[in-house]
Amino acid sequence: MNFFMSALKRDLLLVFRHRNDIINPLAFFLMVAVLFPLGVSPDPTFLSEVAPGVIWVAALLACLLSVDGIFRTDYEDGSLEQMLVSSESLYLVVLAKVLTHWLVSGFCLAIISPLVAMMFFLPEQGYFSLVVSLLLGTPTLSLMGAIGAALTVALRKGGVLISLLVLPLYIPVLIFGAGTVQAGAMGLGIQGYLALLAAILVLSLMLAPFAISAALKISVRS
Amino acid sequence: MKIKMPRWFYQLASPRWFYEITGKLLPWFTVAAVLLLVTGTVWGLVFAPADYQQGNSFRIIYIHVPSSILAQSYYMMMAIAGAVGLIWKMKIAHVVAGACAPIGASIAVMSLATGAIWGKPTWGAWWVWDARLTAMLVLLFLYIGVIALNSAFENKASSDKATAILSLVGLVNIPIIKYSVEWWNTLHQPATFTLTEKPAMPPEMWIPLLIMVLGFYCFFAVILMSRARIEVLEREKRSEWVTKVVQEYGK
Amino acid sequence: MTLEVKNLFCERDERVLFSSFALKIDTAEVVQIIGQNGSGKTTLLRILCGLSDAYTGDLLWKGQALEEVRDDYYQSMLYVGHLAGVKASLTPEENLQWMSQLDKSLNKCTIMQALKQVGLYGFEDVPCHSLSAGQQRRVGLARLYLSNAPLWILDEPFTALDKKGVSEKEALIAAHVHAGGSVILTTHHDLSIPNKTIRPVNLDEVAIR
Repeated sequence: MNFFMSALKRDLLLVFRHRNDIINPLAFFLMVAVLFPLGVSPDPTFLSEVAPGVIWVAALLACLLSVDGIFRTDYEDGSLEQMLVSSESLYLVVLAKVLTHWLVSGFCLAIISPLVAMMFFLPEQGYFSLVVSLLLGTPTLSLMGAIGAALTVALRKGGVLISLLVLPLYIPVLIFGAGTVQAGAMGLGIQGYLALLAAILVLSLMLAPFAISAALKISVRS
Repeated sequence: MKIKMPRWFYQLASPRWFYEITGKLLPWFTVAAVLLLVTGTVWGLVFAPADYQQGNSFRIIYIHVPSSILAQSYYMMMAIAGAVGLIWKMKIAHVVAGACAPIGASIAVMSLATGAIWGKPTWGAWWVWDARLTAMLVLLFLYIGVIALNSAFENKASSDKATAILSLVGLVNIPIIKYSVEWWNTLHQPATFTLTEKPAMPPEMWIPLLIMVLGFYCFFAVILMSRARIEVLEREKRSEWVTKVVQEYGK
Repeated sequence: MTLEVKNLFCERDERVLFSSFALKIDTAEVVQIIGQNGSGKTTLLRILCGLSDAYTGDLLWKGQALEEVRDDYYQSMLYVGHLAGVKASLTPEENLQWMSQLDKSLNKCTIMQALKQVGLYGFEDVPCHSLSAGQQRRVGLARLYLSNAPLWILDEPFTALDKKGVSEKEALIAAHVHAGGSVILTTHHDLSIPNKTIRPVNLDEVAIR
C-alpha cells in the first residue's frame, strides 16, 4: 500500500509538472463536441436527441488520445526498465499510472460534462446520469487503453495503431454509457445500466493490470 | 505457471514434427473439403426447398452461416493458440495463431458481404444495423487490430507475444461486445425479423447447412495448415531439415 | 552469491551473438565485458538482468534458476543501463526518492549524502531537464552510493562523465569490490582498480560469425 501511494505520488507530481497535459484532453473533448452542431445542425431537438451519444463519443476519444502517452516517457528514459528489475510489484505501478490517467482524463471530463450537456440542450434530469455514467465508465476506458499503450510503447508509430487496437474494446462501454444518459434524460431508471457499467469496470480492474504488466514486459524485453 | 502435458503435446511443439504431420493430414482434409463442399452446395442450392417467405434468396445462408460460425471459431482458435504459445513458449502455437488472423479476417469479410447481399432482397437495403451483422463488423475490427499489431513489430518473438495478449483480451471482450450490441439493438430496433433465427428449419434445409459448415471447417483447415507450413519453413529456414525439404521439392 | 549463465544462445537479426556461451561471476569479482560495437555487450547485460527474452540457455542465481528466485535476485542486484531512468521533470532528490522506493536496497546513506558525493549538492531541487548531460548521468549514478546490493550490473557507466567523475566512480567500484561485492560492466575506458585484477570477457572471441 505504501509503495502504491509513493508510485501514485510520483505520477501525480509528474502530471503537476506538466499542467498542460490536464487541459489538453478537456479542450479536445469540448472541440469534438462542438463539431457536431457545426457539422450537422444547431437545432435544439436534434441536439438533445444526439447529446448522450455525442458526449460519450467525445469523452471516449479524449481518453483514447491521452492514453497513448501513459507509459511513453517511462519507456524512453529507462524508468520502465528499472520498474521491471525491481522486486516491487509492477502491478501496483501500473495501477497507479492508470489511476493517474483516469484522474486527469475521465474524472475531469465527468466534471465538465454538464457544460457540454447544457450546450446540447440535454434535459436537466439527464445531468446526473451523464456525470455518474462517465465516472463509472471512463476508468474502464483508461484500463483498456493502457493495454493498447503497453503493447505499442516500443513502436514508433504508436498513435494510429493504438486506436485500432483499443476502439473495438471501447464499444460496450460506449453502448452502456450512452444508454445510461438516454434513459436518465427520459426520466427512466438507470440502476440497471450503472450495474452493467460497474460490472465491466470490476472485470477490467481484475484482468487488465495483468495484461498491461505482461504487455510492458514484452515491450521492454523485445 | 507450467503444467505438465503429455508427450505428443511437446512433440507438436517441434516444427519438424508439425510439418510432417500436417503434410500427412493435408490430403485427407483436402478430399473431405471438396466432397463436403460440393455435396453441400449442390444440395443446398438445387435440392433444398425454397423458403416460404424469402423464396430462393434464403439460399445464401449456405455460405453466410458457415462463414459467420467460422469467423468466430477462428478468433477463438487464434486466442487459444496464442495462450498456448505464451504459457508453454511454443513457437508452433504462435505460427498457428499468426496464420489464423488473416484467414479469420477474410472469413469475417465474407460473412459481412453475404449478409449484405442477403439483406438487399430481405430488407431492401445493403446494410441494416442488425445485431448479428454489427457484432460481426466489430469482430472484423478486432481482427484488423490483431493484424495491425502483428505487422508493426520488427522482432518476430515480440510480435508473437504481443498479438497473443491482444487476442486474449479480445476473446474476453467478445461475449461482452456481443451482449452489449444485442442489447443496443433491441433498444433501438425492436422486433425486426432476424436473418438466421428461423423457427424450426426442416431437415432438408439444415442437413445441407450442416454439411456446408463441416466443409468450411475442412477447407479452412487446409488453408490454415498450408499457411502455417510455409511460415514454419520460413522461420526454420536455416535448419537442416528445411534444406532437405527444399532440395527434395526441387528434384 | 554467484550469478551464472550456461549454454547461452542468442541471435539478433539472424546473426548469432552467443552460442554455448558461459560466464560465472563470483563474490568480490570485477568482470569487464569488452567487444566491438554490435558484439552484444548490452544484450548480454540485459539478458543477465532479465530484461531480454531473446535467448535460450540457463541463468542461475545462487545455483537456482533465476526465474524462480527473481525477487531475491532483484533485491541483490543493481542495474544502471544506457538510460539511467532519470525523469527530466523531477528534481534529483525526487528521482532518487522514487528509485529508493523501487529498490529497497538503496539505503546505505541518505539521499542528500549521495547527491553530495556525486557533486550535485545545491542542485537537489532543480528539475533534471535544466541539468547538463553529465549531471543527469550523475543523478543515475548516485544510486551506486546509496546501494547495498552485492551485485552491480553497469552498462557504460562512465559515458558523459568528466575525468574527476570517472576516477570517483572507479574508487567507488573499488570500495564495493573490497567490501565483497561484484561488478559486471561494459566500458571502453581502461579501468584500473588497486589490488584487484579485472577479469576481461571478450565477446569478439566468443562469437561465431
